[in-house]
Amino acid sequence: MKMPFQFTRRGIGSAPKLSYQLRVVAGNSFRFLPVQKLSFLTSSIGRKWIVAITGILLIGFVAIHLLGNLSIFLGPEIMNAYAARLHQLGILLWIARVGLLVVAGLHVFFTIALWRENHQASPQKYAVKKSLETTLYARSMRLSGLVVLGFVLFHLAQFTWKWVTPEYKEWIDSLGQHDVYRMLVAAFGNPWVTGFYLLSVAFLAMHLSHGIGSLFQTLGLTNKKLRPRFEYAGLIVAWAFFLGYASIPTAVFLKLLPH
Amino acid sequence: MNFHLRIWRQADPEASGFFQEIEACDIPAEASFLEMLDIVNNRLIEEKKIPVAFDSDCREGICGTCSMVINGVPQGPGRGAACQVYMRSFKNGDSITIEPFRVKAFPIIKDLIVKRAAYDRIIQAGGFITEHTGGAPDAATTLISKKIADQAMDAAACIGCGACAAACPNSSAMLFVGAKVTHLSLMPQGQPERRERALAMVDAMDEEGFGNCSNYYACEAVCPASISASVIATLNREYVRATVIP
Amino acid sequence: MTALDAKIPPGPLEEKWRRFKENVPLIGPANKRKFNIIVVGSGLAGASTAATLAEQGYHVDCFCFHDSPRRAHSIAAQGGINASKNYQNDGDSIWRLFYDTIKGGDFRSREANVYRLAEVSQSIIDQCVSQGVPFAREYGGQLANRSFGGAQVSRTFYARGQTGQQLLLGAYSSLNHEIKNGRVTMHTNSEMLDLVVVESHAKGIIVRNLISGEITRHAADAVILATGGYSNAYYLSTNARGCNATAVWRAYKRGALFANPCFTQIHPTCIPVGGDYQAKLTLMSESLRNDGRVWVPKKKGDQRAPQNIPEEERDYYLERKYPAYGNLAPRDISSRSAKEVCDEGRGVGPGGLGVYLDFQDAIERLGKETIQERYGNLFEMYENITGENAYTRPMRIFPALHYTMGGLWVDYHLMSNLPGLFVLGEANFSDHGANRLGASALMQGLADGYFVIPYTLGAYLSSQFGKKPKTTLLEFEEAEKRVRARLNSLLEVKGSLSSTHFHRELGILLWEKCGMERSARSLQEALHEIPKLRKRFWNEVSIPGSGASLNKALEAAGRVADFLELGELMCRDALMREESCGGHFRSEYQSADGEAVRNDELFSFVQSWQYQGEESEPTLIQEPLNYEFVHPSTRNYK
Repeated sequence: MKMPFQFTRRGIGSAPKLSYQLRVVAGNSFRFLPVQKLSFLTSSIGRKWIVAITGILLIGFVAIHLLGNLSIFLGPEIMNAYAARLHQLGILLWIARVGLLVVAGLHVFFTIALWRENHQASPQKYAVKKSLETTLYARSMRLSGLVVLGFVLFHLAQFTWKWVTPEYKEWIDSLGQHDVYRMLVAAFGNPWVTGFYLLSVAFLAMHLSHGIGSLFQTLGLTNKKLRPRFEYAGLIVAWAFFLGYASIPTAVFLKLLPH
Repeated sequence: MNFHLRIWRQADPEASGFFQEIEACDIPAEASFLEMLDIVNNRLIEEKKIPVAFDSDCREGICGTCSMVINGVPQGPGRGAACQVYMRSFKNGDSITIEPFRVKAFPIIKDLIVKRAAYDRIIQAGGFITEHTGGAPDAATTLISKKIADQAMDAAACIGCGACAAACPNSSAMLFVGAKVTHLSLMPQGQPERRERALAMVDAMDEEGFGNCSNYYACEAVCPASISASVIATLNREYVRATVIP
Repeated sequence: MTALDAKIPPGPLEEKWRRFKENVPLIGPANKRKFNIIVVGSGLAGASTAATLAEQGYHVDCFCFHDSPRRAHSIAAQGGINASKNYQNDGDSIWRLFYDTIKGGDFRSREANVYRLAEVSQSIIDQCVSQGVPFAREYGGQLANRSFGGAQVSRTFYARGQTGQQLLLGAYSSLNHEIKNGRVTMHTNSEMLDLVVVESHAKGIIVRNLISGEITRHAADAVILATGGYSNAYYLSTNARGCNATAVWRAYKRGALFANPCFTQIHPTCIPVGGDYQAKLTLMSESLRNDGRVWVPKKKGDQRAPQNIPEEERDYYLERKYPAYGNLAPRDISSRSAKEVCDEGRGVGPGGLGVYLDFQDAIERLGKETIQERYGNLFEMYENITGENAYTRPMRIFPALHYTMGGLWVDYHLMSNLPGLFVLGEANFSDHGANRLGASALMQGLADGYFVIPYTLGAYLSSQFGKKPKTTLLEFEEAEKRVRARLNSLLEVKGSLSSTHFHRELGILLWEKCGMERSARSLQEALHEIPKLRKRFWNEVSIPGSGASLNKALEAAGRVADFLELGELMCRDALMREESCGGHFRSEYQSADGEAVRNDELFSFVQSWQYQGEESEPTLIQEPLNYEFVHPSTRNYK
């Protein structure tokens, strides 16, 4: 007797990975008992948490990096000194770098894992598409994330590994430090590079416009009243980052720096 | 009024569906959307054609049986379920596309009818308070502040229709699960099983193949019971609380 | 046929239920597991029964025609649930709830049943609170109560305007718990199409899977029907579209008695009918009458907007006619009064079929916020349907079919005359007499399911060890054959009209001839018309598609076919009852000022009908109602 659409007692067993299942404890009493170790890292919410936490760390990096870079407005000496000091950190710098790599890696890895599942969960799309209150920022998270990732690789290649213009390695200032200032001025003199940077930090701001407000929701810190405030604050912070980051290539390109 | 309908027709779960064009003529403006479909179906039946299969029951927005997507909006325009949409909100001659919910965890049975047993199974996993009939203490012994009772009621108002998952680009069921977890975790009676409930329901939700929440809030936008997405924040918190606190 | 035995336990009224519970045979835990119980329906009565029996250890198979047990129509009940808790200290007691209910029912129900209902009402609230039902609370955290029609105390517990939903979800969650435990097997999308009687005991059902079209046999030690009422016989009612009488009607045809089919309730506060396309009527909770005042213009055909009609030209007819109860007069009285003023030509809105329900005074007294708090969702619903804002303009309301007090006959154990067949909730006839009071349906459904059947079932099962039949038995085979034959004959008509067409015709006929007011003449006309309509249905109905898969037209036609038979029995019953009582108002039996005139001498009995085959008329069996503890008085709400 096959009844395709009914609940049967098989309903329980048909969820094989259940971390918690009802088990008979004694006589007639039933309780939840853990039968398997909880798998936070495979759960929907657990992985979202990881994306949110790594997101916070990455935002922290974005903020510190911005503060450091804004030293360009204080002149070449200060900026180059800042860069030199950073490099003198030695092992600490490497720990930070590896940490950052791991954090970014986790952020990207879990996002892709979640995205794949989301894709599988809704294989067939609607004939009529409505955005239903979702923001453009939210809908473009994957795109903005990928652009930012690509940008970061280019950015590293340009200024850290100096593959784009190898001569940068040779540039030393009067104090014998690596002349970061000159490197930036040279790079952002090129309208293509400046344009690409502006566009990229705009994407970063878009990513953060959804990301910052959203992480409070993911971490369960919002309620009906707070959510719009977090979202608003997120938007402001994201575009403040944009202004901060955009100011550097813009100032260089328009020759607005103190020297 | 006259309307040009594009309706999804699919004979059975395995069949590949298609859009059928149907003209709905002489529809009274006061008719509800489903009454419009009733009229269309009665005409089809009288022409000995197979009527459009769609689910509905109470027709007052509380049973949650309706499940259709009208012009890209699950449960149609405006607040409330599809049965609460009235033809006066359309213009004469409008083209209207009607599709079933498209969520992998809600397989299509026929035309606009989907199977939402996944939601029942999530409730079975832990959406209850264990009690013994007849063994309850007097109701007056537990005081619950009005604020908490109201918040619990806001969440408990969920009608289980599935529009949240249908609206979600990820087909996530977080609003549904969040509503139940929020309701029960607010009630003093729900405390003993609070931790196990959050874990079991989230696990069941994941097992059913729903997607993950990306905080799009499309669910909140279409929810006929006006459930706030803050229940998702609560669910996130409850789940991690249950994981972290032994 | 021997006289009906209601099996009412002896002793004083207050002692009956307690003594019954103390003396009823018990089934040991080890033996409960060996019994298999079928529950048809998953509303308040069905879900609470299935969950409780499973919790006790029985194995339960629960069937519902919806895709989920949570969709049963109990979910749409708005106003609340009565309980004699007396939390408000306004003088409520079990006795008062009992007396209000029996008086509200116009002394046509059994004292012992109603008393038990009032008694267990208290436990229901405890039970639901322990399930986490978010009842409305006062600021101090106590449970809030409101008053309701037919009572002078505040004993109604509520969860906004969604009490039925919250109570059902409570029962549904318990049911799900038991499904998870493996003690309930839930069969969704499954419609019961016949009852199987083995050696005159109800021992199984035949079910059609509404998705696959598959017909299956299910055997059990007892069959419990909790399938709701038959208001949809009138086509337009406040019931959900799917509500039907098929399960009880097929049980009737297998020998179960149908009691008081003419006792139907018209709800006074519904949104008026718009046009013939309309598929159902929407109820506005009766609780609105707590704060709303009902009126019509004094002048006939007054076309002015309500706000332009000055106070002295308004007729607050309920307050005028029934000063003690005013706008809270019982449902039947309120409904008939509305019909009266509309018949006088003073009705408002399209077609003059409506009266005003005005909140202006309440808003001035309590503030808009309080009204919004109490009825916000109802006002929204009203605006959504009518496009009118009830905060600024009075609502228009009109009576509509809402509830059926009649149903399958059951004794004190809730067992029908067919041993092994139990009938619960609205599907039985037991507790509301000729008229149900507001907020009592939820009470009865849950009382039956949580607190009555778990005790009374044992009395039957204690003699039924090992008597569960195999589904290969001849009786099952024949029942399945009958079901298949009926489905095939429906499909083979191949006419050209949809079943809705006939359903609507039947509805109009019943509404006009067996509705708010009936007369011997109108009923005889209906008895003449219905068989003709039924014949036309069986010659002209069109059902495209086959029975081998999901076919909504086939489902609907099967239900309409049953309503076409039940409607006739309703009229027959109404014709036989030559008195006016509760929801049954015979125009011949009214006082000079238009009040119902009951005839206790000749009609103080339950009118039960026994099926005698297609060709013969059903026979009438009476169960006399003996009032030992209360004296039937003339209802007076003045």
